[in-house]
Amino acid sequence: MIKLRNINKTYYNGAPLHVLKGIDLEINKGEFVSIMGASGSGKSTLLNILGILDNYDTGDYYLNDVLIKNLSETKSAYFRNKLIGFIFQSFNLISFKNAIENVALPLYYQKVGRKTRNKIALEYLDKLGLKDWAYHMPNELSGGQKQRVAIARALISKPQIILADEPTGALDSKTSAEVLDVLKKVNATGMTMIIVTHESGVANQTNKIIRLKDGIIEKIEDNSEHALSTFDIQNIK
Amino acid sequence: MISLLYEILNTIRRNKMRTFLTGFAVAWGIFMLIVLLGSGNGLKNGFSSNWGDRLQNVVQIWGGRTNIPYAGFQSGRWIGLDNKDLEFTSAEFQKEVNFAVGNINLGSKNISNGQEYLSSSIQGVYPQRLTIDGLKIAQGDGRFINDLDIREKRKAVVISQRAKEILFKDETAIGKNVNIAGIIYTVVGIYYNENRQDVTGSYIPLSTAQIIYNRGVNISNLAFTLSENIDSEETNTDFMNRYKKRFAQLHQVSPKDDNAIWYRNRFEDYMQMAKVSTFINIAVWIIGIFTLFSGIVGVSNIMLITVRERTREFGIRKSIGASPFSILKLVVVESIFITTIFGYIGLVCGVGITEFASGFFEPSAGRDSFNAFLNPTVDINVAIQATLLLIIAGTVAGLFPALKAVKIKTIEALNNK
Repeated sequence: MIKLRNINKTYYNGAPLHVLKGIDLEINKGEFVSIMGASGSGKSTLLNILGILDNYDTGDYYLNDVLIKNLSETKSAYFRNKLIGFIFQSFNLISFKNAIENVALPLYYQKVGRKTRNKIALEYLDKLGLKDWAYHMPNELSGGQKQRVAIARALISKPQIILADEPTGALDSKTSAEVLDVLKKVNATGMTMIIVTHESGVANQTNKIIRLKDGIIEKIEDNSEHALSTFDIQNIK
Repeated sequence: MISLLYEILNTIRRNKMRTFLTGFAVAWGIFMLIVLLGSGNGLKNGFSSNWGDRLQNVVQIWGGRTNIPYAGFQSGRWIGLDNKDLEFTSAEFQKEVNFAVGNINLGSKNISNGQEYLSSSIQGVYPQRLTIDGLKIAQGDGRFINDLDIREKRKAVVISQRAKEILFKDETAIGKNVNIAGIIYTVVGIYYNENRQDVTGSYIPLSTAQIIYNRGVNISNLAFTLSENIDSEETNTDFMNRYKKRFAQLHQVSPKDDNAIWYRNRFEDYMQMAKVSTFINIAVWIIGIFTLFSGIVGVSNIMLITVRERTREFGIRKSIGASPFSILKLVVVESIFITTIFGYIGLVCGVGITEFASGFFEPSAGRDSFNAFLNPTVDINVAIQATLLLIIAGTVAGLFPALKAVKIKTIEALNNK
């Protein structure tokens, strides 16, 4: 599904900053993976590259056996729309659109008619228990509800992978648990899911933990037992 | 396209203030431009209506009394004009003069037809008087004085429509006789003046006037039209200086005597009027273009702020699959949509107010009336062109910030707070 070969990325803001120093990674279909690391470890950059939001300097990135390299903005927008669903820490809902319009937006860019896409959007909102809030504006929803709207939006285009950047970062522990529950259920349907987090509790819910440190993969842990200690001293920096 | 329009309508509905501000700048720009152009046109129309249909290249000359003793003559001598003045004007200034005609002013006399009568100023004229004074004769209303009338010294008269109404009511007047202070004339034509409806003056042949009223070869005044060789202020002044010098010489008056011979040069007046008119035109367009420009600046300013404000939204849209082109399309079509609708509103308001104002400035009818302001409206084509220009300018102005916004990397746009 996802194949990374020696990915390098350097930022040139003033002094050059070598963020990713040769990442080799393979993620299979249906996996539930978390990427952990301290701030500055390069985990967000890696996620942006995986999500074709950012490009990389050297190496190869295959998504669904397609080489994602030096794509035009139009082409990468197309792949994002078809293959990737995003979930952001700050939800990134469009503030002047109600829940159903936000969810339906990816289908607008697939040229699906308004009635059809709103019908599908309502189905997805229903699945996430938000049918009654379908016509509410984002500022009328709680944080957990907003994130569930965002999840519905990520799912509606039936992507190959879901990329979540600190999906619980702006939520309290109770809603965090709820949102994680939803993500687990989505994964259970066979959806590949990658979560970037610095919370051990969140990472512990996933089946595989990729630990980044200073731009390289420190280790990849199998976490199918969900036995990660919240107080794993070794990993808290 | 319908989908795009719906998307835009949705955006507009949710961002009323932004839409209103953009739209107001456009509508105001167009409105002001039209009101301004309309006012300029009002001034110009006022000027040209005062000019009427009279020929513009006419010089008229009257005699007067000398002020300065000259060549042995005392001052206070009366200088009269006669047929010789006509002859020398035509003969010696062939290059500058098209035709010269004389005119005898016989003052007011009673014209009557049976019981009906009115007082009318009577002038003995040449046929060319018709064009010089800008008079018109309607179809079926006969003719003006012609050369045959002059040669045969006929007792023919051309009366005004107003005089005809008084003297003949609904009867036909052509071929009928009228009595002008005891002498019977035949009505050969009825004239009207488009700009002055209440004129009553009557015209008879000059030769007839000279004979019947004992004028010999004298004339009251002389008029001639300038040829196309006189086409500027310089040539006009030069010719008038030469002509005045020669005229003074022939009548033995001092060249410095301003009172002996009176000149009225319509061409001079006309050129002054044309200058003022051109000046108003230029002034209006300069102000108009600046108004339009300030409208464009207003629109582009708001577009700039709008696009900056929407950077994050564009980032979100791009992250879920919007191509740069679709974002551009969204901004540009929205801008066209807003500028068109509000431009049209401004256009309608502007045209409405100029048409409304136009009702207050009816042309006045009196003989010596003066219209300072008339028909202050704008050619609709000009108005539409200006509106289109503003729409295009607004769109282009929106396009550049939009292009910039589209170029921002998706990830940076997403992080834009």
